[in-house]
Amino acid sequence: MVEGLKKTPTGIRGFDFIADGGLPQGRTVLVAGSAGSGKTVFATQFLAAGVQVEGENGVFVTFEEHPKDLRRNMVSFGWDIPTLEAEGKWAFVDASPEPAQEVEIIGDYDFGALLARIEHAAHSVGAKRIVLDSIGCVFSHFPNLSRVRYELFRIASALREMNLTAVLTAERTDEYGDIARYGVEEFVADSVVILRNVLEDEKRRRTIEILKLRGTTHRKGEYPFTVIPYEGIIVIPLSAIELKQRSANVRVTSGNPDLDRMCGGGLFRDSIILISGATGTGKTLMVTHFVSGAAASGERCLLLAYEESREQLGRNAIGWGVDFDSLEKQGKLKVVCEYPESASLEDHVIHIKEQIDSFKPTRVAIDSVSALERISTIRGFREFVLAVTSFIKHKEITGLFTATTPTLTGGSSVTETHISSITDTIILLRYVELYGEMRRGVTVLKMRGSPHEKEIRELSIDHTGMHIGAPFRNVAGILAGNPVQIAVAEMERLDQLFTSVGS
Amino acid sequence: MSKYTLKLYIAGRTARTEQAISTLRQICEEELGRAYELAVIDILERPQLAENEKILATPTLVKELPPPLRRVVGDLSNRERLLVGLDLAVSDSPRHESGD
Repeated sequence: MVEGLKKTPTGIRGFDFIADGGLPQGRTVLVAGSAGSGKTVFATQFLAAGVQVEGENGVFVTFEEHPKDLRRNMVSFGWDIPTLEAEGKWAFVDASPEPAQEVEIIGDYDFGALLARIEHAAHSVGAKRIVLDSIGCVFSHFPNLSRVRYELFRIASALREMNLTAVLTAERTDEYGDIARYGVEEFVADSVVILRNVLEDEKRRRTIEILKLRGTTHRKGEYPFTVIPYEGIIVIPLSAIELKQRSANVRVTSGNPDLDRMCGGGLFRDSIILISGATGTGKTLMVTHFVSGAAASGERCLLLAYEESREQLGRNAIGWGVDFDSLEKQGKLKVVCEYPESASLEDHVIHIKEQIDSFKPTRVAIDSVSALERISTIRGFREFVLAVTSFIKHKEITGLFTATTPTLTGGSSVTETHISSITDTIILLRYVELYGEMRRGVTVLKMRGSPHEKEIRELSIDHTGMHIGAPFRNVAGILAGNPVQIAVAEMERLDQLFTSVGS
Repeated sequence: MSKYTLKLYIAGRTARTEQAISTLRQICEEELGRAYELAVIDILERPQLAENEKILATPTLVKELPPPLRRVVGDLSNRERLLVGLDLAVSDSPRHESGD
């Protein structure tokens, strides 16, 4: 019987998920990417996590950077290489170029010396993992392409002989072109992983793609990743998250009894609610009710604010009769205010997850998601919303997102178009112009798995918060942004129109 | 003439290695007489030496003395280029041709 390939977990967060468990054990993987795409970080993390998480020692063969530079550069990720070296868990093979020394090549040669050094280093630390960074550099030191290719083959097969799981890095010139510069690197490896750093709409987006993982399965397509201090690379598996979240029929309060009634008795516990409205229609107010409603029923709420400062939010809430400060003291609320521009969207995802993991709320409110839209591309934004929603649902948390529409009356925002299918409930807040006066309307547009009111009701705001009144009976065209008053006689005629058809 | 110190790093005894050693000895005898020291170092036996000297390819010839330090990689099959590589090509004495 042929035994299936075993996989080695890399220890790189998120990567093992898209690699269906890790890299094939004892095999060679090529990690290719353009300059600055994170190849060396990936390689170093593969070794560091190997030692620290998986208990597997490693050898780093460097063709590019001097070990001295690597030791210094990698400290910021929390990898203390000198200590690992002293403990006999990590060894360098220094094949970096000596700039002061020119080398004359006369006649035929092989890489017997390099191979002997690799074997020696691997033996001395009892290595299970090895990194060669980057093999493209060998081609620039030794101009004989076919000789170098042959020698790399020899080294790769020796690595397999030693049962080392190997990561080879290689430079790419194009983000979407040949796998690697010399066109031969990929033949040395069994598997290929590509790191990209694409400039899209003036924004940098890092993605990782497993092209092939010989003999085993993996997730396909590009996944965003981020590189952060004290962690290194974190891959964010978005679309890979399966829709297997349980759907509870438990209802929770929105913090406003009238709104609960409109929603058929309250919001579902593990659902995502989107509140869409123009500026000043009462989105933040609805968030405040959500917070106080959570607190009143003994729940904990995490409020992520990207538009207003903590002071502003607190002041607004006081104006509506809710005291954020005392809720925070009781541990029922945590407010996190951040500028969207302070980090990339990928970093925001990581940060949100960390906040949720540490505070362990039962509710999360984001005010507003559309503020985050401006720091990303449309695709990146959709992935962001997917990542956050699936994480929230997985934890059985109620999520409330707000989105700002660009026009005052009617209209929809880019945010809605891209995330409305991800959300379970959509509540619209709209301005309604009536007799030269601006009034506010609220309606439940959609609510998955529950009957809900279809009317557009009037919403008023005072010092105790939000109040929902009677439906706009004789107005049409509110959602289109063009309200028209309908005469009473016309309404009667419309009523009869439907009853006569129905009966 | 100052004394030459040469080190030849090899990885095991192969035909290519033997070729390099005999070519090198011959040139040294002819050009330097007794004014040289040649050490042949087998990396398979002493890998740490290769690590210290950052030897990548084999054979690698290192001319440690006289300065400047020079490195030549390959089986040394081209006599003319080897003489240049060892700074021996500038001598006025008639060149000894040997059938190689």
